[in-house]
Amino acid sequence: MAKILLIMLAAILTENFIFSKFYGICPFLGVSDKPSTALGMGMSVTFVMTLASAATYLVYYYVLVPLGLEYLKTVAFILVIAALVQFIEMFLRRYVESLYSALGIYLPLITTNCAVLGAALTNIQNGYTFVESVVFGFSAAIGFTLAILIFAGVRERMKFCDPPKCFKGFPLILLAAGLLAMAFSGFTGLSI
Amino acid sequence: MNALSIIIAFGVFIVLGAVIGLLLALASKVFHVEVDERIPAITECLPGANCGGCGFPGCSGLAEAIVAGTAKTNACTVGDDEVSEKIAEIMGVKAEKAVRMRAQVMCSGTEECSKKKLTYVGVSDCHAAAALGGGDKACPNGCIGLGSCVKSCPFDAITVENGVASVDYVKCRGCGVCVASCPLHIIELIPYDSRHWVGCKSVSDGKMTRNVCDMGCIGCNICAKNCPEKAIVVENHVARIDYSKCTGCDLCISKCPRKIIWSAATYGTDGIVISRL
Repeated sequence: MAKILLIMLAAILTENFIFSKFYGICPFLGVSDKPSTALGMGMSVTFVMTLASAATYLVYYYVLVPLGLEYLKTVAFILVIAALVQFIEMFLRRYVESLYSALGIYLPLITTNCAVLGAALTNIQNGYTFVESVVFGFSAAIGFTLAILIFAGVRERMKFCDPPKCFKGFPLILLAAGLLAMAFSGFTGLSI
Repeated sequence: MNALSIIIAFGVFIVLGAVIGLLLALASKVFHVEVDERIPAITECLPGANCGGCGFPGCSGLAEAIVAGTAKTNACTVGDDEVSEKIAEIMGVKAEKAVRMRAQVMCSGTEECSKKKLTYVGVSDCHAAAALGGGDKACPNGCIGLGSCVKSCPFDAITVENGVASVDYVKCRGCGVCVASCPLHIIELIPYDSRHWVGCKSVSDGKMTRNVCDMGCIGCNICAKNCPEKAIVVENHVARIDYSKCTGCDLCISKCPRKIIWSAATYGTDGIVISRL
């Protein structure tokens, strides 16, 4: 139980996907315009990452390892995740219409998200069990949601500031993201 | 690595891909959802700016509403008659005429002719300034000029010139997003071919208006008395033109002692409004 808690804490704060591993930067910068869209993206990532962690664990230990094809895990995971997202999308559209329209465009967008693939590969690298993998995938996505939400709040405030012309727009956004990453590095010293 | 392991890897991935492909194909049959084919067809006809002027979330939202029957075929404020006709054809109903509108900022208080009550230093946003006491102009209904409407316009049709927001009539598509963005509610949608408008929304009485602005409407009623069509009414010390009655006879312009009634400069025979005179 202690290990599960440790994995969760590490994935959310100290090893935050965006601020310490720099996975998933493209949705982080792309859809952090408003807190509402950021939350939509975070929810989709949470949904997909949790399921992808479970699916890739099964594919790795029950298909790739017995056949001695561990070195092809990246290719296999991309295939599995892409198919999984497609499948989930069709399923939701048929049975959970409200969730489908809430996740909207974000669901297909994260088919090729490196954060999702990163979570799957980290699970294998760290030798997590099935439960640990799912927990790690879920908490890493919560960390992602936390980061993108905080940043959306920051960007909302930044719209009203009047920076020098050369910093207007993306330069300022990247600077703010850098400062936020530095702030998150303060969690590194955290120990239980 | 020998040839055998390559063949195994090859075979495994072919099988894996085929199984996943088959599953997805099956799923698409099992989870098939009927989509009304008119929705994408109508979305195709709409301008695609997703401005939200119609009150629905984007162009596809309006398309769904039209198919569901909750919106009319001319609900798109940006599209002209042609769009309305195309949509009516898809829906198999008679087209309703679209009235093209344009946005008009009802303030003429430029930097030179309006008095200032304070020097505003702060967040460059009209809503923030309005909450703090209404910007630097002494007139409570004067354009704040910090450009909240400029930022809101999906068609880049608004600029702030000399302290007053000004609409580029050629770029304006009449979506009405700016009308909602103005904290003082001084932007109005008027029919695109309107000849005249009263460039003031000051509800203060004549003396007050005179004190704060060299332009403002003082509500003297001269235009209302002289209008042959009875198209002008004065309410709350400011004149307002009823565009369903106005014939564009120019009489009010010549009678107005404050010269606050503006006239449009038109171009060509079809009367495209290009600027104000």
